[in-house]
Amino acid sequence: MKGMNQATDLVSTGSTEKRAERKLTDRYQALLFLAPAVLVIVSVFLYPVVKLVQYSLQVQDYGQWKWVGLANYRGLLNDDIFRQAAKNNAILLLCVPILVILSIFFAILLYEKIRGWQAYRSIVFLPYLLAIPVVGIVFSYIFQYNGILNEILRSVGLGRLALDWLADSKLALPTVMVVIIWKELGFGVILFLSRLLSVPEELYEAAKLDGASWWQTHWNITIPQLRGIIQFYSIVAVITMISWVFNYVYVMTKGGPGTSTMVSELYIYQQGFRFNLMGTASAVGVILLIVTSIVIFLQFKVRGGLDSDTE
Amino acid sequence: MTRNKLTPGVFLKHVVLMFMSLSALFPIYFMVITSFKTKEEYVYNKFNLPHSFSFESYSQVFSGGNFIKWFANSMLLTFSSVIVVAAIASLAAYAFARLRFRNKDILLNFIIALMVVPPVVMVIPLFNFLVDMGLINTMYGVVIIYVGLLLPFSIFLLTSFFKSIPTSIIEAAYLDGCSTLQILFRIIIPLSMPAFVTLTIVNVLWAWNELMIAVIFLQDDSLKTLMVGLTAFQSRYNLNIPVTMAGLLITTMTVLVLYIFGQRYFIKGMTAGSVKG
Repeated sequence: MKGMNQATDLVSTGSTEKRAERKLTDRYQALLFLAPAVLVIVSVFLYPVVKLVQYSLQVQDYGQWKWVGLANYRGLLNDDIFRQAAKNNAILLLCVPILVILSIFFAILLYEKIRGWQAYRSIVFLPYLLAIPVVGIVFSYIFQYNGILNEILRSVGLGRLALDWLADSKLALPTVMVVIIWKELGFGVILFLSRLLSVPEELYEAAKLDGASWWQTHWNITIPQLRGIIQFYSIVAVITMISWVFNYVYVMTKGGPGTSTMVSELYIYQQGFRFNLMGTASAVGVILLIVTSIVIFLQFKVRGGLDSDTE
Repeated sequence: MTRNKLTPGVFLKHVVLMFMSLSALFPIYFMVITSFKTKEEYVYNKFNLPHSFSFESYSQVFSGGNFIKWFANSMLLTFSSVIVVAAIASLAAYAFARLRFRNKDILLNFIIALMVVPPVVMVIPLFNFLVDMGLINTMYGVVIIYVGLLLPFSIFLLTSFFKSIPTSIIEAAYLDGCSTLQILFRIIIPLSMPAFVTLTIVNVLWAWNELMIAVIFLQDDSLKTLMVGLTAFQSRYNLNIPVTMAGLLITTMTVLVLYIFGQRYFIKGMTAGSVKG
């Protein structure tokens, strides 16, 4: 996230007395102006998080909450479904390097402004505008055993590759990953491209004069220029894979076949609302919150060391 | 520049970009052509254009009445959330951009950091909270949650835009005797139209496309949104794929039109602002 810096001074003129007076009204006004936002944030974020931690240490017994200490967390360690969910989230992280590399690659191709680059740019961004449930439904038809993909494969003589993409427990997760990459790639390309467009052109001209190859030019100029954005985009993608994939899985596989595409968000949903085990679900919520915070914290730490080139 | 010469390198780039475009467009092509096929034709012709364009699926989408209800619910939910969040965020952004108070930067950074908190974390406490308040299975409850989830980004965007408005304009208005609210409504908000258009597009897309909160908090059949309805519809009427596709296409086009329209407005707003300033 971009750090906001420097408060803007409203007034720089006027007597000290007047300034002090205005400072006081500023404070009262700020209180009034911020009140609605703070009220909503407290009720949607802060109060729920406090409650979440509390629930995670309790179990519901005939409608009564009972204190059980860390039992919910210990239970998770022995729960195969939870372990599968955590493992699947870890596998989904493989999408991050793929997304980063593909985005940079396409951003560079577009940056070189070959004929029609603006049309290509709009096309690559299109998937990002679609709703995940819409994408999920369309792809679940494409990947049906008798769906269009397999029909194409059979018609070009690749019938052996016509597999049951979403119903095979080995294939389902990789198939979901393909859909996630298809949908999320456009954002990365646009992000990298807009950064590239602001790189001073002299840098590239100098490289050209030095006789640098395509590969050398981009390795030595483009990648270093993109470093801050690569880091930002990677963090966003990591957080997406850990905690924003519910929609894909809910629409395409509901975690199945078996538990082969179970992820932690779906686990929370099922434990909490299907099996009514709100304590267990909350414990997973706490873990998810901690993992996300660690990722953000690391981002700030790394950023501190790189501050000069991350703007 | 090698822009117009067709060297082997350029040719290769075109091949790669064509392949990318085809993969990006293929699912959309599939959705569009399927929606114009009959159920029978879909069985034997999945890939090619329909033999004769059939609007049967579209009339079927509207015939049940459910789709119209979901559509109305999505509209209501999206517009109320987006309007409420714009109002609350403008007030807060004004305070962050223009007023002086203690711990301002800490508070702002804290709110911005909330952008990455996964909504699934809050869902269980919020569920119990809304049950206690009697707001479960109501639009009000979901509007509160949507407003909360959209606030961090909205405050972030508006604060940075409000900060870019020259202090001299505001100072002049202040000396003319404008109150803070007048400054906000007569000067800052009109000058920030491009930011509000961007904000509206982003927030409308988010609220229109939201699934998880709607699934959990709007279980009543009469309150279902398009996303919830279509997801359930897909699994129940799996056999009539063209009808599902028609429903998906209508849903998608509704917000895509706003995006296309808004983009043009957005560019206009930007250029107008720069000419004046």
